[in-house]
Amino acid sequence: MRSSTIKLTPAFVSYLQVGPLLLVLLGFFGIPLLMIVGVSFFEYDGVNSVPAFQFGNYADLFTSPITLTLYIKTLEYALIVWAITLVVGFTVSYFLAFHVRSLLWQMALFLVCTVPFWTSNIIRMISWIPFLGRNGLFNQALIGVGLTKEPLEFLLFSDFAVIIAYVHLFTLFMIVPIFNAMARIDRSIVEAALDGGSSRWRIMWEIIIPLSKTGIALGSIFVITLVMGDFFVVNTMSGGHSASVALAMYNQIAAVQYPFAAASAVVLLLIVTLLVAAILRLVDVRRELAG
Amino acid sequence: MQRDLGKRPWTFYVLAGFFVLFVLFLYGPMSAIFVLSFQGPTGGLTFPMNGVSLRWFTALFNQQRTGDFAGGFTRSIVLALMVLALTVAISVMAGLAFRRRFLGATAVFYLAVASLIMPGLLVGLGVGLLYQTVGVTPTWFGSALGAQLTWTLPFGLLIMFAVLSRFNRAYEEAGRDLGASHWQIFWMVVVPILFPGMIAVALFGFTLSYDEFPRTLLTVGAENTLPLEIWGMTTNVTSPALYALGTVTTLVSFTVITLALGSIAIIQSRRSRRPISAKTSPTDPSEIA
Repeated sequence: MRSSTIKLTPAFVSYLQVGPLLLVLLGFFGIPLLMIVGVSFFEYDGVNSVPAFQFGNYADLFTSPITLTLYIKTLEYALIVWAITLVVGFTVSYFLAFHVRSLLWQMALFLVCTVPFWTSNIIRMISWIPFLGRNGLFNQALIGVGLTKEPLEFLLFSDFAVIIAYVHLFTLFMIVPIFNAMARIDRSIVEAALDGGSSRWRIMWEIIIPLSKTGIALGSIFVITLVMGDFFVVNTMSGGHSASVALAMYNQIAAVQYPFAAASAVVLLLIVTLLVAAILRLVDVRRELAG
Repeated sequence: MQRDLGKRPWTFYVLAGFFVLFVLFLYGPMSAIFVLSFQGPTGGLTFPMNGVSLRWFTALFNQQRTGDFAGGFTRSIVLALMVLALTVAISVMAGLAFRRRFLGATAVFYLAVASLIMPGLLVGLGVGLLYQTVGVTPTWFGSALGAQLTWTLPFGLLIMFAVLSRFNRAYEEAGRDLGASHWQIFWMVVVPILFPGMIAVALFGFTLSYDEFPRTLLTVGAENTLPLEIWGMTTNVTSPALYALGTVTTLVSFTVITLALGSIAIIQSRRSRRPISAKTSPTDPSEIA
């Protein structure tokens, strides 16, 4: 206090400190979001976007048979990838949290799982191409072992490839929050259950899963929103054989049909928000997030 | 479970096997890319290797063949450093603000979380539309920088929450009792204690920006960043030059990760030798993420 010339109230200091964050988030997230909502009511005259307030873009969207197909496909991807990443992420986290005894090893192995997060998604995605291709490693191995004579065609540029790439890219979004939740579980509860004669399965279902719930919910939110918003994995790994809501939107943006893209974005956002709200209703993650 | 330290249960071996398979799944394809980038001059995108050469690495610097690699690389590094600096400064300040209750704190927090889970393409679309409406030309150091911050700042904020929840305020009070000014307390007490956490925020800021694609795609303007060059290559280039670029960019990421984690480890081990700050040195592995 002594050396400060102006006396600042604590609340004012807080606003000064949080101000830059708020400015960036409003300027590059809040206002752009409102822009999308605004443009979704504009008219597209075949060349330009004309400011207007009409529901034509939404009417087109809801009456187009492609919309439903795209949403079903996208939700199908989201559901399959969610299920796989949940099982894999939970198993890996459980192994790290409960079976690796040395803290140093735990930290090292956890890092091994998180390092890919800090590397390029595009590179990690295309690294599947030499694996899954017609002459790829996987087919060569299958033919070498004698399981098939002809290379399998469905491996690359298919739903299979899309899902493999998603699981590869997004499983760590499950591992980090679930491991975090598991690391906080008081080991003495597990000890007590063991002393009481509980089986492994009962401990799993009645202690570990309920106490990891917040981590599971956070991981699920990440994976579902990432898959729902993806366009480049579907674009590359399906080889043009499949599409998603975001990819269709990307194509509209590329064709400068902004009002259609914006209407489509608003609907996608509403659906993602509903999914996230449903997860938050099931599990209260607020305390977890706020630290 | 953790009792009976001598003998491991059978489940340990099953789960350890699963973990090894997962790590192979995680790193296997990337190592194939690494090997294939040394493909011989007549080699293709898949195995077998037709000899070994550095040809595809040198091809990267041939602008006609693979696009503007050097320019994209420079822009990505500069942009990542800008994002790093802004993410650290803004997240640390915001983290400190959230230690006190203030009106609207919850709203700001939810805004950050919403920004974190907003699909990247939509951030790009919104920022692109905003720039178009206002009539400003998008640039990689303007609109793309802002779009990337909507993704790195929430991560930075969450890391600061985790770090600050372990921060012992008695150190600040001790400084105040000894007559230090606000600035002296901040620079001589708060920053040194938070430093490992700030390196973690910097790591997220740099690497997430350096590899960012969906938010940058519609906001970058006329000159591409490296991930956008790579995206262009995936459709145009059918030679191992693509893999060579993948290897180079992954090595850059790995260098940054090693530097960041290495310096955190060095600081932590120095601190654990000095008992006075033992309380503030986190040993929880979850700390890192």
